[in-house]
Amino acid sequence: MIDKKVNLSRRSWLIRTISALSTVGMTAWITPFVKFLAPSAKARGLGAPVEVDVSTIEEGSMKVVEWRGIPVYIIRRSRSDIASLQKYEDELKDPNSNTDQQPDYARNRTRSIKPEILVVEGVCTHLGCTPKYRSEKVDGLFTGLFCPCHGSTFDFAGRVYSNVPAPTNLRVPRHRYIDDDKLIIGSDRLVS
Amino acid sequence: MASRLLKGHRFLRWVNERLPLEKAYKTHMSEYYAPRNFNFWYYFGILSMVVLFIQFVSGIWLTMQYTPDAEHAFDSIEYIMRDVSAGWFIRYMHEVGASFFFIVVYLHIFRGLLYGSYKEPRELLWLIGVAIYIVLMMEGFLGYMLPWGNMSYWGAKVVLSLIGAIPYIGESLQVWIQGDYQVSGVTLSRFFALHVTLIPILLIGLVFLHIIALHQVGSNNPEGIEIKLVKNKDGVPLDGIPFHPYYTVHDLIPIVVFLILFFGVIFYYPDGGGYFLEPPNFLPADNLSTPEHIAPVWYYTPFYAMLRAISFDFLGISAKFWGLVVMSGAIGLVAFLPWLDRSPAKSMRYKGWASRIMLALFTISFVTLGVLGAHPSDWMPFWMAPFFTLIYFAYFLGMPFYTSLENSKPVPQRISSGR
Repeated sequence: MIDKKVNLSRRSWLIRTISALSTVGMTAWITPFVKFLAPSAKARGLGAPVEVDVSTIEEGSMKVVEWRGIPVYIIRRSRSDIASLQKYEDELKDPNSNTDQQPDYARNRTRSIKPEILVVEGVCTHLGCTPKYRSEKVDGLFTGLFCPCHGSTFDFAGRVYSNVPAPTNLRVPRHRYIDDDKLIIGSDRLVS
Repeated sequence: MASRLLKGHRFLRWVNERLPLEKAYKTHMSEYYAPRNFNFWYYFGILSMVVLFIQFVSGIWLTMQYTPDAEHAFDSIEYIMRDVSAGWFIRYMHEVGASFFFIVVYLHIFRGLLYGSYKEPRELLWLIGVAIYIVLMMEGFLGYMLPWGNMSYWGAKVVLSLIGAIPYIGESLQVWIQGDYQVSGVTLSRFFALHVTLIPILLIGLVFLHIIALHQVGSNNPEGIEIKLVKNKDGVPLDGIPFHPYYTVHDLIPIVVFLILFFGVIFYYPDGGGYFLEPPNFLPADNLSTPEHIAPVWYYTPFYAMLRAISFDFLGISAKFWGLVVMSGAIGLVAFLPWLDRSPAKSMRYKGWASRIMLALFTISFVTLGVLGAHPSDWMPFWMAPFFTLIYFAYFLGMPFYTSLENSKPVPQRISSGR
């Protein structure tokens, strides 16, 4: 029952127009459903940058602050810790921080803005455990950051050793100093 | 005709050998013949499917941020409204959707009354429809409680107190349903569970049955003519046209118009002037203070007015219980329509004047009861609610008499080319 008078080009034009408009409409309708699932204003507020006073951290010790639900380690390294950083560089996987695991201002040997203070995410790059900080040699054990889950080891700059499961150096979050002692973690811009 | 449809679609052919794709497509779309004379009143079936879909999706999304707990429910709604991206939009979509669901369902039911869609052979279709309506009322009631606003709380309390009116078992049944001596957080949690799982499953299952039953018997039409009685040699009804593409394309227009209205309300009148979302519900539930004026949401108000209309004890049983009987009777009687209507014609176009006048009076009384139920009981003279309740019941209980006594016009075999 094919009617030869059917205007096929107009029919296909109509189908295309309706399909195009429906796509626009469905996209507009779906957009809020997608936005709904993103972090809410409350979650974004909780994920805001945190301020830390680094003056209370003693040499060779660590302070842990929570930022976006993860521990951030702030370590004040001793002179000998800093000196040790260049000793074992041939045992490291990425001694020059070539992998993008830090902001540009931390792409140096100490992986920090101030040489004595390391700011690093306490999340092992292998499977997300929190590495332990070992500042002094006890019973000949390894010093640096040691992950208890699968034995990954990192030096005092959070750089990963070769022959461990972790693939990359620990992440350095964006941070900046607002004065000598006050540190902002989570943002490196004046206005965040 | 064998698989012209699936020509060139290897994957679909593979599926079709294992799942009756083509058969389902033919039965329900390309070879489902609908009468060619559908009018305005036939839009509301598909529109209620559209709203059901919107409610389903927006409801799933709301569940992700809502907390069904008396301590946090109200705050979690405010959290959705203020802090969650687009939360206000999805919440208002669900809230306005509830009212629009009842608007389209009431118009859909009215269409059934107008054209006798409940009559043989569509009795079961009608019964499934009544079940959907009752389940939908339960869903609306459970859902209205979840924001845990003051009207949520007192609305639930009033309705649950009705259960307490059942003689002997009422009070213990009420406590069992509430899970506490009063409406409390326990009630809220179980209402949430029912609102998001059991009732939606029932609703979708019943809607599925409704459509299957419809496609088994075929649609009625404004003339009330059975198109299946006159077929061509291929068994195609002469007054029928394939559902797809004719009615699928045809229905796009009402869907677009509906969506414009629907989203217009969401953006400009999300509280429906206090009828879709009542002002006391912007305050948290307070079990020590009833709102100034307590009324259910508009879609329950006709039945609420009937409940209030019964104010006298009868046969030694309290007015409270009779109110419950009248209210549930008013809903239950709808299910008996196929057997109450004795007219040989289906459509009002061929029925006599008595049927037309009774339907008009019934509609007026239903709307009036709805308006009365939304206002305080001393808003209008007291006689009005009982009077219109009587008319409501007279429509049903008088039907066997006025439909068999009136003169109806003979129904033609074919849908005429004009109207």
